[in-house]
Amino acid sequence: MKISETGKVVSQKEITKGIFDLVISTKIAELSKPGQFVMVYPKDGTTILPRPISIAEVTSGAIRLVYRVVGKGTNEFSGLKAGDAVRLLGSVGNGFPLEKAVGKRAVLMGGGIGVPPILELSKELLASSKIAVLGYRDNDLFLKEDFDKYIEVKVATEGGSAGTRGNVLDVLRAEHIECDVIYACGPMPMLRAIKKYAEEKNIEAFISLEERMACGVGACLGCVVKTKEKDHHSNVNNARICTEGPVFDAREVEI
Amino acid sequence: MNTEVKIAGVSFKNPVTVASGTFGSGMEYSEFVDLNRLGAVTTKGVSNVPWTGNDTPRVCEVYGGMLNAIGLQNPGIEVFKNRDIPFLNKFDTKIIVNVCGKTVEDYLEVVEKLADEPVDMLEINVSCPNVKEGAIAFGQNADALFNITNQIKKIAKQPVVMKLSPNVTRISEMAIAAESAGADAISLINTITGMKIDINRRTFALANKTGGMSGPAIKPVAVRMVYECANAVKIPIIGMGGISNYEDAIEFIMAGATMVSVGAANFVNPNTTIEVIEGIENFMREKNVSDINDLRGCVR
Repeated sequence: MKISETGKVVSQKEITKGIFDLVISTKIAELSKPGQFVMVYPKDGTTILPRPISIAEVTSGAIRLVYRVVGKGTNEFSGLKAGDAVRLLGSVGNGFPLEKAVGKRAVLMGGGIGVPPILELSKELLASSKIAVLGYRDNDLFLKEDFDKYIEVKVATEGGSAGTRGNVLDVLRAEHIECDVIYACGPMPMLRAIKKYAEEKNIEAFISLEERMACGVGACLGCVVKTKEKDHHSNVNNARICTEGPVFDAREVEI
Repeated sequence: MNTEVKIAGVSFKNPVTVASGTFGSGMEYSEFVDLNRLGAVTTKGVSNVPWTGNDTPRVCEVYGGMLNAIGLQNPGIEVFKNRDIPFLNKFDTKIIVNVCGKTVEDYLEVVEKLADEPVDMLEINVSCPNVKEGAIAFGQNADALFNITNQIKKIAKQPVVMKLSPNVTRISEMAIAAESAGADAISLINTITGMKIDINRRTFALANKTGGMSGPAIKPVAVRMVYECANAVKIPIIGMGGISNYEDAIEFIMAGATMVSVGAANFVNPNTTIEVIEGIENFMREKNVSDINDLRGCVR
């Protein structure tokens, strides 16, 4: 279920350079599931479109957004202070399918700014075993301490300054981690590699996709991904990332 | 106080509808908007067969607006008839079906298939490239526009609104071509062709390179074009282009529009349509306007 409402900023801090941790008190908290996101509306009238930002964590009556400043909209959000009003629409999207992990060994993968969207999943997922594999550029391991509270964490860094040198899949190989299901969010090359890995290993992978969006409610058809089969809503081989996604079975999308 | 307006014998409870493509077929926005309150729902363009649309990115933001190059993705007329029309018929609002095509025959097929459907008006998107005539849009050539309007009017069972492209030298010529071919009304403006370049990636922001610009930044162009057309033809006009609030809507009405459409502003605030309707009513009360029809074309 989605609602459109004005939330109130509880707190905001810059947790590492360019990455902000924003907590907003909103009724959307009660409606949200791991892997869903909210549309956040800028106030500046020249910046007309809402920004899709994933929900990193849900606490009682509040959502936590951890986002990178990449442009005008997110730059405006970075200036929000406790008590400020912020217009939201949410929660948007399908979220991760928790039921797919029941009785299975699950690996949760996040890369870069794809790390925050799997935090709430790490808390809520009930699996026979679960490990989070987080991929970072360098040893600035933002949010890792939050994950440590709920789940066993492995790290990959590009230069090897922390954890395994390489990417999140290199961690699985280096540490001989076997799994039955993968949940992932991160940059497209990482998701493509995970799709390939899962197909080779014949395991399930649920990947969270990103795309430029306008409406966030499934009306504008801006944010589509090509699908293997004809999509029931579009009647063509395209699914809406904001509505049928953002999480897809990796086998069902052409990325 | 009267907010009812009429176009080609069809009555609308108020002059506010939505711009095609910004509101789906109403289903998605019905979670936020009471569709019963709208004068009409104008649907996403529908073609004779399903269209896949363009590659992504399909949308990007520009200063005070956005560009889109969706490519008119739609499920085709059969799914539309079986799913979207029955959905909209549950509401006490009028239905304007937007029609698109690649050839005149494509349009005629859709219009024919809608003949016995419970919809109130047809809006014809003539900004699609005419694939048989050098891919120039039907709406960018007065003769092509006259021809397609004329052929559609011969078979259409519902009133026909021709949606004009602003990407022409003189829009009033297009309005006259549509009127003389028998169009019941015109709607304008469609989006203005634009481009954005991503200087960091050294490429186009949209996969399609160009896209249609909409949003508040285009409003003055749209108001001017509505005014020009209102002075050139007698048929009613549905005005649109950057309408974000009631003041914008009233500008279009004063320029000569009978109805107005909210487009990109639905993305900015899902409740925009309702705020525009309430804003118009408040304006009329404050200014002692008893009939919305008295405001139309009051600037000359």
